[in-house]
Amino acid sequence: MTLLLGALTIGLILSLLALGVMISFRIFKMPDITTDGSITLGASIAAILLVQGVDPWAATAAGALGGMLAGAITGILHTKFKINALLAGILVMTALYSVNLHVMGRSNIPLMQARTLTSHAEEFGGKLIGAKSLNVYGWPVTASDAALLVFALMAAAVMGGILYMFFRTQIGTAMRATGDNPQMIRALGGNVEGYVIMGLALSNGLVALSGALLAQYQGFADAQMGIGMIVWGLASVIIGEALTGGRSLGLTIIGAIMGSILFRLLVAIALRWGLNPNDLKLITALFVFAALVLPGLINKIKRKTTNSHQ
Amino acid sequence: MLKIQSIRKTFNPDTVNEVRALQGVDLTIEPGAFVVVLGMNGSGKSTLLNAVAGTFLVDEGTIHIAGTNVTRWPEHRRAKLIGRVFQNPFSGTAPGMSIAENFALATHRGKPRGLGWALSRNLLNPLRDRIASLKMGLENRLDNAIGSLSGGQRQALTLLMATWLKPDLLLLDEHTAALDPKSADQVIALTNEVINRDKLTTLMVTHSMQQAVSLGERIIMMDRGRVLHDLQGPDKKRLHPQDLIDRFDQIRRREQLDESAAAMLRATYI
Repeated sequence: MTLLLGALTIGLILSLLALGVMISFRIFKMPDITTDGSITLGASIAAILLVQGVDPWAATAAGALGGMLAGAITGILHTKFKINALLAGILVMTALYSVNLHVMGRSNIPLMQARTLTSHAEEFGGKLIGAKSLNVYGWPVTASDAALLVFALMAAAVMGGILYMFFRTQIGTAMRATGDNPQMIRALGGNVEGYVIMGLALSNGLVALSGALLAQYQGFADAQMGIGMIVWGLASVIIGEALTGGRSLGLTIIGAIMGSILFRLLVAIALRWGLNPNDLKLITALFVFAALVLPGLINKIKRKTTNSHQ
Repeated sequence: MLKIQSIRKTFNPDTVNEVRALQGVDLTIEPGAFVVVLGMNGSGKSTLLNAVAGTFLVDEGTIHIAGTNVTRWPEHRRAKLIGRVFQNPFSGTAPGMSIAENFALATHRGKPRGLGWALSRNLLNPLRDRIASLKMGLENRLDNAIGSLSGGQRQALTLLMATWLKPDLLLLDEHTAALDPKSADQVIALTNEVINRDKLTTLMVTHSMQQAVSLGERIIMMDRGRVLHDLQGPDKKRLHPQDLIDRFDQIRRREQLDESAAAMLRATYI
């Protein structure tokens, strides 16, 4: 049961990463590798502030702000200096690796002693429930696990809701149009460069927020924790689209959250069954490859079979 | 309303691909005038329109719209003054977004966009009425993605979007060239209706002699980045498509003469 709750909680925390990737990949239609650096940046900033005794909310917000700055830099490299979007992301991601080591001062910061949002949530849950553990359909669940799950659920729901509302405002609609047809929104007076910079800042802010929360949940920040996270986010977005079957804004957002949870569950089950953790990234990459290629392939086969019937 | 003074533009200067697209164009358009631009491929007519729209900045000369010097303005800033319809029916609308959302974007052309809702009842009711007047049956499909519509429908909607806020200048870049004849006729009829109703100052590029003769009150013929003929008033009214075709033949003959003369000179002297 603890394993299941843990997988759900991490899935929900990483759904913020999935939402960030959804913004860059689906709304702006560019794969933004800054993600790999900004998730670690969010974790590093939050961690170093937490061990110095800064308020956990402020530390988490600072982590998210750091991610926004990183995203804005990628956006500026891409729009103002006309660097290919993929390359701009690679440059910032690479630079962030050093930045993160500088922020932390070493490659790993444990948070076991620090007061974090996790410990806040655990205490709050303990008080609210009153008992050390409770019974869910016959399974014992510790109060702190339940509290963390609820907290992560609220974080994902609040951010998903804010994003849904934001992308229906005048400025949010213009940002969606920027990814859909930049020529059109430019002819209607939209500052395409500005929207791309803002969009990447928003995307990486969410990713860094996810990193800050993840560090507090797992109890440490590590310079290596961001490797391959963009692929993780892509997998979540793609699974989500398969689950909800929709391309509308609301369905994409809900899908990204659901996809992240489901993907984490699948990973937990696979690891439980004895999957070598070293193979995890390989399998994630293979999965995203299959998800990108299969739909086109299936259509092709379908067309062939219908043609041969005629 | 539009005042262009000796603008020049050279693409890829000092390379083998150098193109002198505009070589000193002067043009003044009075408020409310409907001007048609004609020319052969590569004559610079689309380049002229793009120079006015701000797709690129000109090398020399000045452009004034509604008394404002916009020569150094970026494209999105000029959008406050300009409504545009492109040749490609896919260029003027965001395909993944609904009809209503596309119009919500058009209602803020050149205005600051804030955190208010993009869609509002204040927009949807007049929008439904206006789209119903197209008689394309789109008024009940406001929530459908625009990408699911035909090229003609999209071009008609683009025209409505470009003129939803009355622009100081309307730029039409061969906006019916990619449509089938029936859709093209519909879009032209709508163009005429909108321009006449709002007395829009319009600059329209076209390949169609028929459109050039029947629409507008002034024809500009361009050749090699310059204005070659400027027909207005009685001259324009008396014009037949055949006259225009004759003028094009003149241009073509002169160009051939230039080429054969050049070949002869090469053969003789080199």
